[in-house]
Amino acid sequence: MIPQAVLDQWYPVAMTSLVGPWPGRETQLLGRPIMVFKTQSGAVSVQTAQGQAVAVTLAYGHVWACLGTPAQDLFALPEAAQPGRRLVDCGVVRVKCSPLRAVENFLDIAHFPFVHTDVLGAEPHTEVGRYEVQIRDDVDEVWATKVHFYQPQAAKSAAGGIVTEYMYRVAAPTAAVLYKTCPNRTNEWDVIGIFVQPLAEDLCDVYPYMALFDDVTPQADLIHFQQMIFLQDRSILENQIPRLLPLDPGMEIPTQADLTSVAYRRWLKRKGLTYGAQVVAA
Amino acid sequence: MILYDYILSASCYKVRLMAALLGIKLDLVAVDFHPGRAHKSAAFRDLNPAGSIPVLVDGDLVLTESTAMLVYLAQIAGPQWLGEASPQSAARVQNWLAFSGRLNSSLGLARLHDMLHFPADITACRTAGHLCLRELEAHLTQVRLEGRIFLEGTAPSIADIACFPNVALAPDGGVELRDYPSVRLWQRAVRSLPQFIEMPGIHRLHDLKPAPHSGAAA
Repeated sequence: MIPQAVLDQWYPVAMTSLVGPWPGRETQLLGRPIMVFKTQSGAVSVQTAQGQAVAVTLAYGHVWACLGTPAQDLFALPEAAQPGRRLVDCGVVRVKCSPLRAVENFLDIAHFPFVHTDVLGAEPHTEVGRYEVQIRDDVDEVWATKVHFYQPQAAKSAAGGIVTEYMYRVAAPTAAVLYKTCPNRTNEWDVIGIFVQPLAEDLCDVYPYMALFDDVTPQADLIHFQQMIFLQDRSILENQIPRLLPLDPGMEIPTQADLTSVAYRRWLKRKGLTYGAQVVAA
Repeated sequence: MILYDYILSASCYKVRLMAALLGIKLDLVAVDFHPGRAHKSAAFRDLNPAGSIPVLVDGDLVLTESTAMLVYLAQIAGPQWLGEASPQSAARVQNWLAFSGRLNSSLGLARLHDMLHFPADITACRTAGHLCLRELEAHLTQVRLEGRIFLEGTAPSIADIACFPNVALAPDGGVELRDYPSVRLWQRAVRSLPQFIEMPGIHRLHDLKPAPHSGAAA
């Protein structure tokens, strides 16, 4: 039985540019078969196997669907419409892990030197300094700010090592966005997202997403860079134990560097978003 | 020398790895294989009618098979990587190059299926992959009993580089390597080679590097 709170959320189900006519993309959401297709009028529709149309929103290059009654509008990402940014769809990658684990990994900084060696981090620069985490009640999102980390190659456009500043944002249960120092424009942030489609509690399709200021790097290079980063994570994600994300303390011992993860888990638990989570009865 | 490349491709990585081990610098041209399927475009087919990657271009020479690229790179910069000179050894290296094609169509396809949604009979892919791994395990176990570690002869060769990527990436396609101890040790030997480079899914040997600050008295 899937909790209503889970059904009432928005989840990505396809890249808008790749949606074809009926039956379109045959996939699943929260364990239920769905079809994502273009109608004759050109509109994108999402249907269950029973032929029931569900709520759809098109945003940020992706199709978002809600199997229940949307609890709120899809999160805002104003940067996506900002002139001068390049929007980069990075395809879709299937990962045998909990959708929540995929998001949590995206929020983690401490693994950079070990998993993204010489790109997003490097030994011996492994320390994660103190940063701030809040659950912002006004927007109902988790935010981490003032995160600083030394990176040998922070972006495709970075020429050498820089201390990168990050902000992390959990904008929806399975969608997170980070804002990081833009190597090309000191007064702007590069925006990188991860949109996760929960196929099942331990299986997901992950859509990396970027909105960057970079007029120079060819599109294919940007896609390769982001796919390289994400695929370095994939083998780690598929081997995490327990498979589901524990929401109660005791299973895993967090450290200072895991504050964002702690807040994410607390937020999920408070909202009853337990799909892909392991909840120990109190 | 230009390599038309995809960062997640095992076959492209073969060539990048060989070049790195030989100290050859490649100019990489990223091809939007996924999601763009640029390798199937008319423009790309002008270069390679098969519509496959990698493609290696050196002047007038255009190569479209990764194993041929390994031969070419080794001929240029490290003939010792071609194996020993005896007819038997040379032929066995060729045998492994062809075997790497079987790895690609079994373990490699399983990986593309599991990771990037490629259509495939996943059970058949994994079964064929296990058959290949059993063959490899039997050979490498024999080799170890003889006090060696690489596929052919006493030194690493293009045979090892051809077979290594799809084996190392097998878990990406749902094929675990825990039942193949000799294969695992062989992989470690390949990963320990000087100037080894990693790719997503194949991590470098952090545990073999000196710990940070050790001996940092200066």
